[in-house]
Amino acid sequence: MTDHTTDTPIIKVNDLKFYYPGDARALHGIDLEVQEKQVTALIGPSGCGKSTMLRCFNRMNDLIDGCRVEGEVLIEGESIYAPSTDVIELRRQVGMVFQKSNPFPKSIFENVIYGLRIAGETDRNLLAERVESSLRAAALWDEVKDRLNESALGLSGGQMQRLCIARAIAVNPKVILMDEPCSALDPKSTARVEETIKELRRDYTIVIVTHNMQQASRVSDYTAFLFEGNLIEYGQTEQLFVRPQHKQTEDYITGRFG
Amino acid sequence: MASKLKSKNKYWQTGEPMVWLSGAALSLTLLTAVVLLIVIMINGLGVFWPAELQQLKLKDGSQVAGKFLRSEPTSDNTGLRRQYKIANRDVYGLDFRWIDEADIVDENVPEQMLVLERVEHGDFYGMLKGISSGSEQRQTTALSDLEIEIATVKGKFAELSELEEKLIDASYRMEQIRLKIMRLDYDKVSADDPNRQKLISESESLGNQFGTLVELQSRRTEIVRQATATFVTANGKEKEIVLADIFQVYAPNQMTTGDKIVFYLHKLVELFVGEPRESNTEGGLFPAIFGTVMLIFVMSIFSFPLGVIAAVYLREYAKDGVVVRIVRIAVNNLAGIPSIVYGIFGLGFFIYGIGHGIDSLFFPERLPTPTFGTGGLLWASLTLALLTVPVVIVSTEEALGVIPREMREGSYALGATKFQTLVKILLPMASPGIMTGLILAMARAAGEVAPLMITGVVKLAPALALDGNFPFLHLDRKFMHLGFHIYDIGFQSPNVEAAKPMVFVTTLLLVLIVLIMSSVAIRLRNKMKKRYTFGTF
Repeated sequence: MTDHTTDTPIIKVNDLKFYYPGDARALHGIDLEVQEKQVTALIGPSGCGKSTMLRCFNRMNDLIDGCRVEGEVLIEGESIYAPSTDVIELRRQVGMVFQKSNPFPKSIFENVIYGLRIAGETDRNLLAERVESSLRAAALWDEVKDRLNESALGLSGGQMQRLCIARAIAVNPKVILMDEPCSALDPKSTARVEETIKELRRDYTIVIVTHNMQQASRVSDYTAFLFEGNLIEYGQTEQLFVRPQHKQTEDYITGRFG
Repeated sequence: MASKLKSKNKYWQTGEPMVWLSGAALSLTLLTAVVLLIVIMINGLGVFWPAELQQLKLKDGSQVAGKFLRSEPTSDNTGLRRQYKIANRDVYGLDFRWIDEADIVDENVPEQMLVLERVEHGDFYGMLKGISSGSEQRQTTALSDLEIEIATVKGKFAELSELEEKLIDASYRMEQIRLKIMRLDYDKVSADDPNRQKLISESESLGNQFGTLVELQSRRTEIVRQATATFVTANGKEKEIVLADIFQVYAPNQMTTGDKIVFYLHKLVELFVGEPRESNTEGGLFPAIFGTVMLIFVMSIFSFPLGVIAAVYLREYAKDGVVVRIVRIAVNNLAGIPSIVYGIFGLGFFIYGIGHGIDSLFFPERLPTPTFGTGGLLWASLTLALLTVPVVIVSTEEALGVIPREMREGSYALGATKFQTLVKILLPMASPGIMTGLILAMARAAGEVAPLMITGVVKLAPALALDGNFPFLHLDRKFMHLGFHIYDIGFQSPNVEAAKPMVFVTTLLLVLIVLIMSSVAIRLRNKMKKRYTFGTF
């Protein structure tokens, strides 16, 4: 594992509270620091707020009418909930991969460059270059290089998910958020995606939500355990899994509940 | 012994009757549709078949020649009676006749019997006796002689039609100048204005030209009309017919099956490209076909974007709440308003409101003669667009609604704006559903007649909405329509019996057009579906 002493925080969460419409509080004041170019896993039982928190990092929750955020999320020192923040720009810096793979009904090529296209990039060489590098980074290049112009909907489930990762990488974000990216995949595809995540760690900061304890321990450097909207424990993955500080964490990771 | 596994459900609880019921309902629906189509096809497809002409000798010694149509029991149920088309309206006064079988003494199929399709008075059945070219007369009974003469006359007429084109062009130009002068009058331009002088002199020279053309035409027409032929009807009456009035002549009793097939196909082509004759009961349907297609086309141009954009707003931009829900219900109910109400609205709003407004703004000099303030293709299309827009809205909304949330989120997460997501992801994905809405809208529009009757459809349009005169597309013009045609010739025609075959043909054609337009749209939709639907995993 990497040497954690050189780590610098890229995302700082200060007293983050989140309310769904009707004032149902989903997060009760979270403080967290996500380290740059590390994989941070968010674990916890269903409904504990880990996906909600993840979606606070790229303001995906803005799409929900009537929700409310209190507290601060700083990315590279800038508050993303400040009025001056451009959400579009934020989402370009903070990419996201979803639980259910969601390739657009376009060709593989067009899927990868979607983010660049809408940002106004027209240089064909650059686009082609970016497609190759992104697909290579997502470990999909060898499988699809001969059919880039075919529909992305013809790929297998695992390939689709890696395509979504490639699509997120293509816009060159600082952070990639992953919301249970393997929950709909078979073990073989899961292994490949995990492999990809480990590779990506060299260049990107990754925050991953997972239900799967083994996965968290396999791919992450840091782990945060959430329970009922509270951050119970946060630390380096080996420590959290080997010597959990809290009873609840221990119960959860040893499978006593959740 | 009662088995534990034996079903304790009553028969009706098993769902079996429901399967039968739903199957029966479907079959019944299909059956009625198929029967309808078969009836239309049997009656419509046979119209142009050159059936043989029978000559009957009756008990009272008279002779009748005609085409057998059908037979049915007599009113006292003692025998059968047959209906014949005996044509020769101008000689007999009626062209259909019921004849009791008991009255028929003898029947044969005379080879010499001819069918003449005339410009006026419907068909003529009779035998050729002689041909006269004005000065000289000769006796002949050969069809070929008559055909040669008719071809000559037609050739002369073709020259005349050139003249006629010149006439139409001249009158169109004169009308334009007249309107320009009216404009000058309206603008109170003085009488000695050079512009006005120029127009007036132009108009005068055109008027002179017009006069000479008319004279030339009437003189030439007179000469052409001198050629006549004499025919004898079945009961021995002689009738002289001007060759120029004969549209087509044939001898069905001499035709082989091959000849008849060629003749039939020829008639079909005429149906598609020809102009109507005989107050629409004969001839082609081209203006009506053109009007129908044009109407649907212009309607789509208005209703498609309007419906899609309205639906996008409702689904994507409007905040879901009571107002949106009320609007949605209102839109759904709009589709259920009787079409005549839309017609009246079109008349009041588009024609009297907007049309009149346009007239008083841009063509005040022509008032009270309306230009846009009267029924026309544009207003009828707009009325139909209004009528079909709810269909497009509802289906577009549904199509947008079924796109999974992940698609939108995926796009937003890559930094797309709402508009980009809409244009690049949502609309393409919704396109098959939107197309379905358009197909339904087109089918509905093609079948509507009631609103058209008060917004610009006419029995006989003087000119098509598309021609060679600037600005080429004349949406203010009145138009013909197949649906109205069916109503008009079937129920408003003075000679309903003669019009009946045409009613079936027109119906068949209308069904065909709807079918063709829908299948083109369906093909398009399937292509889109293939492109934009999900693979399963």
